[in-house]
Amino acid sequence: MSVIIAKGIKKVYNPKTIPVHALNGVDFSIEKGEFTAIVGPSGSGKTTLLNIIGGLDNPSEGYIEVGGQDISKLSDNELIEFRKNNIGFVFQAYNLIPVMTAKENVEFVMLLQKRSQEERDARVDELMEAVGISDKKDKRPSQLSGGQQQRVAVARALAPKPHFILADEPTANLDSKSTSNLLDIMANLNKKENMTFVFSTHDQRVIDRARRVITIDDGRVVSDEVR
Amino acid sequence: MSTLFKLAWRNIWRNKRRTLITIASILFAVFFAVFMQSIQRGAWGKIMDNVVNFYFGYAQIHTKGYWEEQSINKSFELTDEINQLADNSPDIQALVPRLESYALAAFESNTTGVLVIGTMPQREAGMTKLNERVVEGTYFQEGESAVMVAAGVAENLEIKVGDTLVVVSQGYHGVNAAGKYPVKGIVKFGSPELNKQMIYLPLKTAQEFYGAPALHTSLALQISDKGKLPEILSYLKTNLDTSAYEVMSWEELMPEMVQAREVDTAGNKIILFILYVIITFGIFGTILMMTKEREYEFGVLLSIGMKRGAMGLMIWLEIVMLGSLGALAGMIFAFPLVYYFYTHPVDFGKISEDMKAAYEKFGFEPIFPAALEYSIFGWQAILILVITSILAIYPMLKIRKLKPVEAMRA
Repeated sequence: MSVIIAKGIKKVYNPKTIPVHALNGVDFSIEKGEFTAIVGPSGSGKTTLLNIIGGLDNPSEGYIEVGGQDISKLSDNELIEFRKNNIGFVFQAYNLIPVMTAKENVEFVMLLQKRSQEERDARVDELMEAVGISDKKDKRPSQLSGGQQQRVAVARALAPKPHFILADEPTANLDSKSTSNLLDIMANLNKKENMTFVFSTHDQRVIDRARRVITIDDGRVVSDEVR
Repeated sequence: MSTLFKLAWRNIWRNKRRTLITIASILFAVFFAVFMQSIQRGAWGKIMDNVVNFYFGYAQIHTKGYWEEQSINKSFELTDEINQLADNSPDIQALVPRLESYALAAFESNTTGVLVIGTMPQREAGMTKLNERVVEGTYFQEGESAVMVAAGVAENLEIKVGDTLVVVSQGYHGVNAAGKYPVKGIVKFGSPELNKQMIYLPLKTAQEFYGAPALHTSLALQISDKGKLPEILSYLKTNLDTSAYEVMSWEELMPEMVQAREVDTAGNKIILFILYVIITFGIFGTILMMTKEREYEFGVLLSIGMKRGAMGLMIWLEIVMLGSLGALAGMIFAFPLVYYFYTHPVDFGKISEDMKAAYEKFGFEPIFPAALEYSIFGWQAILILVITSILAIYPMLKIRKLKPVEAMRA
């Protein structure tokens, strides 16, 4: 069953001045529980595509359905709700809230969802154990290494049990060991929680671990390989 | 909500130095504003008290139109109705009835124009402390045929205690008024103007002199609490026949004094306005920097599902907390100083003889306490809350229009 459907997605930036065509008609669909990498060189449109899937940006043209919803028709507030309840983001620069501890960062989206304290505590413990940083709960992001911060970011993305994890170049700032650890963690959680993972990356180590690789170039899908 | 409070609190301490500088600038503004206003209000309060207690009282009752055209012919009887009104009000301590008019005073070959105040000596002492101004002789008593002379008059006439003063005037409805009275005492006022023209007669003596038995030109009110003056005025105006009498507050009796206070207050308000404008721009600078620096983070928060309203509330809390900390610190710093000057008024007499003389010239004690009014402190808090709330609109608008992708690209 396809949980992400993209049809004829186009994205043009600055249409009235100097138009930049980031996506030129992208078509694909992703099934539930897939571990997919969107690959391509810098400027190929990977991040734009991921942003459109995540409801952070609207396509200029085309149809995008995520979790059975045409998200291009959602209002700003509906999109925020949609993201909060369906999408977990992992960013290249971790993007943790600097004034919160690791535990608070992981807990934050669940707080926004008004989950109970018991549920939050249990989920935080479970995820921090899973990503191997349960001893860093009370550390602030500035007190953690890049790899540790990215693990917190992964735990944060997974905490509200979203249907989709969208990770934009999640390993770009990590060394080999941290990358390998993080990919192990994400692959295990993918299996365990049956969440749909979509990465944008040009990191070969990530590409090697993906079960499906969609390659885009110049704003178009040039290959779609299922392993 | 508690999460937003926690986040806001932590956020303001992200850049400690900037936060402390902003707090310090607000602290300075609030400190300066509180101190300046306390001193100014205290000084004017003292000046007003001086003037009011010196002669006028907080309010007076006259025949209608007397204050406009001060003539002995507009004198009136102190009726039972008026006495009853005063007795029924617990806030009116006493009525000080007076008969006032001008006369020519002479001793041997010297003459001078004088203002004759016929008054009840004990009540006058109770309200204006005239008895404490006696520098020679003794204070006069009711029923005596004696006069108290101001020091300047005594000097002009070269008259001493025990000498007889001759007074000539035109009395009630044009009767001839002439009398001679032994000088019982000499009183000294700070103001040379008053010193040069005041003489006091016991009320009955003055009424006989002017041929105006049982008549008065004014009733000065001695009241228990000046804060209750509006109620007292309202009570009198409601219950007194206002077609026959006028009830005037000290502000109506001395409009030039009120005007002087307003001019002075307006000057200070302009200074405070400029100060607050500068501080406002200072806070706004901090907010601008903070908003710009955190645009990326706002984008992330939007991405992960934080609503714009909640984020706006968090920013508002941050800015208001920042302002409140500054305001609180300013008040904490200002309070001991204001309290000190409230309990230890500035005595210009100790600072400089010239300054002392200058104030005394106008009949004022050269002592100025600070006013310890919590409303002064409260207004600063409200002002800072309003300023910060208005300034918080800017980042809130930014957040409202923020697009997460663009913010995270910044």
